[in-house]
Amino acid sequence: MESKELEILQILEKNSRLDIETIAKMTQLKEEEVKKIINKLEEDKVILGYSTLIDWHKVSDNHGVTAMIDVKVTPLRGVGFDKVAERIYKFPEVKAVYLMSGTYDLSVSIEEKTMAEVAEFVSEKLSALDSVVSTTTHFILKKYKHDGVVIDGEQEDKRIVVSP
Amino acid sequence: MTLIDLKTKKDYLSDTVKKMKPSGIRRFFDLASQMDNVISLGVGEPDFVTPWHVIEASFHSLEKGYTAYTANAGLLALREEISGYLENNFNVKYDPEEEVIVTVGASQAIDIALRAIINPGDEVIVVEPCFVSYAPSVELAGGVPVSVHTKSEDHFKLKPEQLERAITSKTKAVIFCNPNNPTGTALTEQELAAVAEIIEKHDLILLSDEIYAELTFDHKPVSLTSLSSMQERTILISGFSKAFAMTGWRLGYVAGPKDIIKGMLKIHQYTIMCAPTMAQYGALEALQNGRENVRHMVQSYRQRRHFIVDSLNEIGLDCYLPGGAFYAFPSIKSTGLTSEEFAEKLLLAEGVAVVPGNVFGESGEGHVRCSYATSIEQLQEAVTRMDRFMKSL
Repeated sequence: MESKELEILQILEKNSRLDIETIAKMTQLKEEEVKKIINKLEEDKVILGYSTLIDWHKVSDNHGVTAMIDVKVTPLRGVGFDKVAERIYKFPEVKAVYLMSGTYDLSVSIEEKTMAEVAEFVSEKLSALDSVVSTTTHFILKKYKHDGVVIDGEQEDKRIVVSP
Repeated sequence: MTLIDLKTKKDYLSDTVKKMKPSGIRRFFDLASQMDNVISLGVGEPDFVTPWHVIEASFHSLEKGYTAYTANAGLLALREEISGYLENNFNVKYDPEEEVIVTVGASQAIDIALRAIINPGDEVIVVEPCFVSYAPSVELAGGVPVSVHTKSEDHFKLKPEQLERAITSKTKAVIFCNPNNPTGTALTEQELAAVAEIIEKHDLILLSDEIYAELTFDHKPVSLTSLSSMQERTILISGFSKAFAMTGWRLGYVAGPKDIIKGMLKIHQYTIMCAPTMAQYGALEALQNGRENVRHMVQSYRQRRHFIVDSLNEIGLDCYLPGGAFYAFPSIKSTGLTSEEFAEKLLLAEGVAVVPGNVFGESGEGHVRCSYATSIEQLQEAVTRMDRFMKSL
């Protein structure tokens, strides 16, 4: 990848709301060039979307639960783990699915409103899949850092206002 | 009850201290720190917190009980790393046993270097605009600071003929900082070589403050020490504050010819004993495993440099592209205001703090120092406010 593309990706990963003009200045490209690069990265599905990191715990009425489920599966002949993973990630409540090395195969992250709903998902939907051999469910109790951002991290600048 | 006889109180202070001017930055600091919602472009230090692996290494040294003094010159392991770092990055060789001292910031290195070489009345050329402590440190060491004023129209690049004009029979040394605070100016190897030639021709000592060397954006950093036979007459001063984001750790170093370092070490051992031990362990980690962090920070400064320089030019403040450090030094002459008037009005009207250029020497008049070591979002807001301010004039 060209270094300017990489530079733009790194800038956007930190703050995807920066305007084109600012990014153009930072990278010393023309605004048109920045637009072109971003469009291409979107078309190539290198940039998959622009989401917002929200601390839902600060929003009342939104006390959902997040669980991470370790899933052991029997891979299917010909399609390996991919087909099983697909059957799992198609559920909209599933937020992430990763194939893992180690003692289990798929790591499934799911968000629901209550623990009961998570339990229902695991017993009725996940475990019901033929290829699923076993599951171990972990509930997240507290998020300290998410996607590189410290939750409730101190933002205050500790430097003195003017120094030589 | 007072034990001081008020009538004679004035005599308690030395003449040197009495005639020393307080730092011009102080008044501005007092003003800015009383205000709320200030965006500060007045900070002379990185906005990055020290990388965690460095902090962690320092914790670990404390846990292991390394709380005693180190050798006067600093941990040998650290001096060896410094020596290796200078060789790898600047192509200069120093013997870690006899040619390197770990100091309390680059500031202490400047102080002991001056005290080690100055006899009363010796002249030391200070290239201005520059860091505020050079001239006072020369005076404290009994020397006479002689200013050389680099020019706005030269983008504050030191011209060899300017330097040569300031040399007299009493000149002992030159203090020169490259890349420069506050101008951000970084000389190319060729330009440095021309300066070196004059210093060699007149048999002077050079105090080369290279604290910002890693933050050179448009070419590979060059140490003046590496040029010609400069090493035999150069005291190389640097530290961990800027490139490694470790200002509060107060850790610097000096490398130089054996006999000068030996002299400096005498002053160092009597006045400081050694630099703080836990900070030395942090610095050791920074040098051993910190390259990737430095690279990342330099990239970030480079992006912000372009943003601030382009933006200042757009709002009508003429600004050259500085080659290093993290300062833009725009001209404010078009406003008809002095540097201090501009900075004060901008602060009061829009809550943006910049440092008046004249506090770094009279040749800085007509400019203000804008540190871009702050987040891009803060820089955007600062530019918006400065734009509004410019339109209100």
